[in-house]
Amino acid sequence: MPRNRLIALACLAAVCVVLYMTLAARAPWSFLLPFRGTKLLALILVATSISTATLLFQTITQNRILTPSIMGFDALYVLIFTLAVFFLGSQAVMRLPPQMVFLVTCGTLVLAALLLFGLLLRRNAKDLFQLILTGIIFGVLFRSLTSFLQRMIDPNEFATIQVASYARFNDIETDLLIIAAPITVIALVLAWRRRDALDVIALGPDLATNLGEPPLPRQWEVLILIAVLVSVSTALVGPVAFLGLLVVSVTYVLVPSPHHRHLLPAAALVSISVLVGGQTILERGLSLSTPLSVIVDVLGGAVFLFLILKGKRI
Amino acid sequence: MISVQDVSFAVDGARILNGVSVDIPNGGITALIGPNGAGKSTLLSLMSRLQKLQVGTIRVDDLEVGVCAHDVLAKRLAILGQSAEVTQRLTVRQLVTFGRYPHHRGRPTEADHAAVAEALAEFDLTTFGERMLDSLSGGQRQRALVAMIFAQDTPYMLLDEPLNNLDIAASRHLMQRLRHLADERGRTIVIVLHDINYAASYADWIIAMKEGRIVRFGAPEDVITSDTIQSVFETDADVKTVEGRRVVVV
Repeated sequence: MPRNRLIALACLAAVCVVLYMTLAARAPWSFLLPFRGTKLLALILVATSISTATLLFQTITQNRILTPSIMGFDALYVLIFTLAVFFLGSQAVMRLPPQMVFLVTCGTLVLAALLLFGLLLRRNAKDLFQLILTGIIFGVLFRSLTSFLQRMIDPNEFATIQVASYARFNDIETDLLIIAAPITVIALVLAWRRRDALDVIALGPDLATNLGEPPLPRQWEVLILIAVLVSVSTALVGPVAFLGLLVVSVTYVLVPSPHHRHLLPAAALVSISVLVGGQTILERGLSLSTPLSVIVDVLGGAVFLFLILKGKRI
Repeated sequence: MISVQDVSFAVDGARILNGVSVDIPNGGITALIGPNGAGKSTLLSLMSRLQKLQVGTIRVDDLEVGVCAHDVLAKRLAILGQSAEVTQRLTVRQLVTFGRYPHHRGRPTEADHAAVAEALAEFDLTTFGERMLDSLSGGQRQRALVAMIFAQDTPYMLLDEPLNNLDIAASRHLMQRLRHLADERGRTIVIVLHDINYAASYADWIIAMKEGRIVRFGAPEDVITSDTIQSVFETDADVKTVEGRRVVVV
């Protein structure tokens, strides 16, 4: 059954991609193909990164409400970027090649995430509520620190940060694609190679140990992958609060399988359908009157409420 | 043989185990009994590497716990912890198939499916195969978990208080299955039990623990006496012999 569902999801995602490329094509293809193609590639990368990061995070925490974004991963990315602008000045940051800024920010995020969340997971892995609360407080702390620094900063410099602090699907940083694409692909391949071990990790630390998959080293590995994937999506389009939760919750309902070999591609396909489909409707149908992130968050919130009210286990 | 040597364990400075040494014989059921906080569960979780050894060594035949590779040990020794709670939505068959993971590493073969079917039959779960775990009663779920570690096909099975929250029918059923595994299939079963009467009826060997030490080790008729109950549990319960079995009058 999961196989048929996957094929259906793949068809849906393909339809969204074809519509995005072909609807209202008034310019010659020599212009449209690279123009829309680059944006499409970025959307697909972001969609897959967010869905995979969220799924991995829920697996290592055995929890279906937590997401990297609730735990403040993307807020931490924006904070690191803000700190760079604060201390180096926006001129210095803007003069650097964007790829280098991305690599340094991404590297710092991996280190910071390992330090903070690694220690947190290690100490409180059994106490879920403490984990959630600490994560939420971290998220709030990172956001408050960011806005504190932004208030102290010169207004001209603030403009640089503001672009990084909000989700933007219309103005994607395509310069970064050259470097973000290979990094994402490597991270996705590594996650995919761990798919069977992840099924066992999701059973909880005791059963995983019994079956010969020590949870602790795996948690570290997966945390690095999550930090890299969150960096990619945040650098390309900014923080997207509800997308991961929306996509992964829908995936659990559409493809009820305990196996990551089904869940990982299914979540990616749902995510691509939502992002590319949503962007198509907005760009072609509603002529960009509303930002996609607003719609994703409204939809995400609605689906989340629906799942809770229906009494589905999330 | 599981050989425990000079194992001590402390949490935040509080001693849980104090230089424990014991050789658990092969075959049969060995029950760990003792009052709350005696260190039974800690000893079991150290044997099964759920907690890291601090002092001392534990060997399972030729494999040293903590040194031996995880996937090798997973084929030698299976553990069902006290807090084994599966939060995922799984069917009974999916859960039991996970028990074969050390053998198939994610790609179950025909032989694995056959072993799963055998485990389901062994624990009377064949009709429940496609049921969701969270739709089962506590006793059925516990049986599914034991079936999972049975399917793992290890010579040693360690169980930490598997009778918790089970009624008398489910408890007896589970103990009879374990007895059967020990007698007919030659499994070595180490089990932490709270109810001494279950230990006296079903175990071949009893290890009594108190304050992080092993105070008695022997056959039930030697260990379960009024004196032992008095000194280990500090309560004066009568011990009677009914049809050759020791029974503690509670």
